[in-house]
Amino acid sequence: MSESNETNCQKGDASDRRSFLARLTMWLTGIIGALMVLPPLAFVLSPLFKKRPADWRPVGKVAKFKTGETVLVNFEDPSPEPWAGVTAETAAWLRRVDDTEFIAFSINCRHLGCPVRWVADADLFMCPCHGGVYYKDGTVAAGPPPEPLDRYHVRVRGDEVEIHTAPVPLTTTPLSADA
Amino acid sequence: MNQRFQNVGEWIDSRIGFSDCVWPLLTHIVPRDARWWYVFGSATLTAFIVQVISGVALAMAYVPAGDQAYESLQFITNQAPFGSLLRGMHAYGASAMVALVVIHLMQVYLHATYKYPRELNWMTGVVLFFVVLGMAFTGQLLRWDANGVWSVFVATEMVARTPFIGQSLADFLMGGQTVGGSTLTRFFVYHVFVMPAIIFAGVGLHLFLLMRHGVSEMPDPNRPVDPATYKQEYEARLKKTGVAFWPYAMWRDVVFSTFVIAVIVGCALVFGPPALDHAPDPASIDANPVPDWYFLWYFAVLSLLPPNLEIWFILGVPVLGFLVMFCLPLVSNKGHRAPSKRPWAVGIVIAAVAGFLVLTIYGYLEPWSPDFGVSELPASVVGVDQGPVFEGAKLAHEKGCLFCHTIDGHGGHRGPDLSNIGQQLTRDDLVIRINNGGYNMPAFASSLDTDQLSNIVDFLLTRSDDDAPTGEGG
Repeated sequence: MSESNETNCQKGDASDRRSFLARLTMWLTGIIGALMVLPPLAFVLSPLFKKRPADWRPVGKVAKFKTGETVLVNFEDPSPEPWAGVTAETAAWLRRVDDTEFIAFSINCRHLGCPVRWVADADLFMCPCHGGVYYKDGTVAAGPPPEPLDRYHVRVRGDEVEIHTAPVPLTTTPLSADA
Repeated sequence: MNQRFQNVGEWIDSRIGFSDCVWPLLTHIVPRDARWWYVFGSATLTAFIVQVISGVALAMAYVPAGDQAYESLQFITNQAPFGSLLRGMHAYGASAMVALVVIHLMQVYLHATYKYPRELNWMTGVVLFFVVLGMAFTGQLLRWDANGVWSVFVATEMVARTPFIGQSLADFLMGGQTVGGSTLTRFFVYHVFVMPAIIFAGVGLHLFLLMRHGVSEMPDPNRPVDPATYKQEYEARLKKTGVAFWPYAMWRDVVFSTFVIAVIVGCALVFGPPALDHAPDPASIDANPVPDWYFLWYFAVLSLLPPNLEIWFILGVPVLGFLVMFCLPLVSNKGHRAPSKRPWAVGIVIAAVAGFLVLTIYGYLEPWSPDFGVSELPASVVGVDQGPVFEGAKLAHEKGCLFCHTIDGHGGHRGPDLSNIGQQLTRDDLVIRINNGGYNMPAFASSLDTDQLSNIVDFLLTRSDDDAPTGEGG
């Protein structure tokens, strides 16, 4: 049918046609790849860019806490996913210092995040994982933790004690770290 | 009838090409001298297949959601027919796979099989090894009990130490800024889709390279590898003395794999799956997160290191470890293969195995961890039932001294044994030490009043080997 056209094509621009087709194929493959990969990648990386709202969570009536005592209080993460269940729970060691002042320590050890326990008689926080120990004020008493226990903001609203939720306290390596 | 079957068989073979493509691979010529040394790679593959099959079956009942994973595992373990056996097979299969991949790696390293022309065989193997460790870690975590949840915290804190991008890595791992609903689903995807895909592809490449370069011979001290002549000499020797892989070499692989699967199923039947810890509640502080056996050594390392070296080990062991192993054949790809000519290689393997064993035992004993469950000292140890010494003994328990110190076999092991402290320190020394603390000991000045301190010191001064109930020669 179009024999003459075909021979022309083969004769004249064979190498042009070949390189055009090769380039077209490469470009289109790249576009297919980008369209396939970019949306899932954005989806997977989205937690890095999403600021979770922090929220105040009530943890109990003021009168419930005795001055000088340090107790474990549970509260929920801000905006937990409906299927998070018990994993949305988190906790803090709450101490009533006086009539109006409260301190809330994060339960995560600053070494590698394990849950520290308050040992009331010894006035110490102790970590079961690698033996980190903290004084009553959260400063490091012994073991590997590089930093004091993290604290949550606490406030009293009416007769309710409230804790301000926060991300898991991470011990990061400062950029100026030498050695 | 038979004729008809034969025709169907021939038709399929001619279309698929089993005789043309697969049969030559199965019967390729391999050295005859390797015997039992080379069974570990195929056994690792067998363990992997156990993992794939048991994993697929488990995934039919496992719910990868924060609120239901634990319940679904309890269902699999306690109610589903064969569920307990299946979980056991998956757990012991994992242990077998880790153990076998390590043995395979050590054998290949000792025989320097990574040298020319099998550099890429080794490098793909190193990638597979690290992915297998990743599978082991995420698998422990998918149990999604208290231990699993706290493993996420530990992993997150470790990656958070990475300079510059630590925070981002941690958020990526948790799927947010706290452990929650998105955390488990992400780890599930790594364990079930991402890493198995890498293993399938990696094993494919690994086996392709095995076919391409042939099975290595046993190392010969008189025959170092020379890239210029190796291939021709290898081919020539193989032609003279080699045997067909099927069945002359393969039967050993199959015998050993039979043993491996028998052990996996046997252990699953006899010991059952690993017990589930408490529910996955990040608010529960009674957890005592401990990794499975393959990472106990690393757990111990993280406890024993001085803090200023820690960052190098947390990030250095995985990253540098990978790079050193991965690049090994690029640095050394010719020369001797025989262990007798490579004393350093033998030394490294012995040191690694010894280090692994010692640190694993340490990790198991956790001597650095306070012993929260310690009970009060029995009357036989205290020696009196009233007065300051008696009160001091009670305080030693209440104030947590015994969490870290042992007295006549009662107490933790973090601090020095105090069974003979009365002979070692004076009253003044003891007062100073208790008030001010010391290396890895908290100061107790603010949590003891004068009477309490005096009672504890009175009690400690009575501690000497002479009055130990088990002491000999009173």
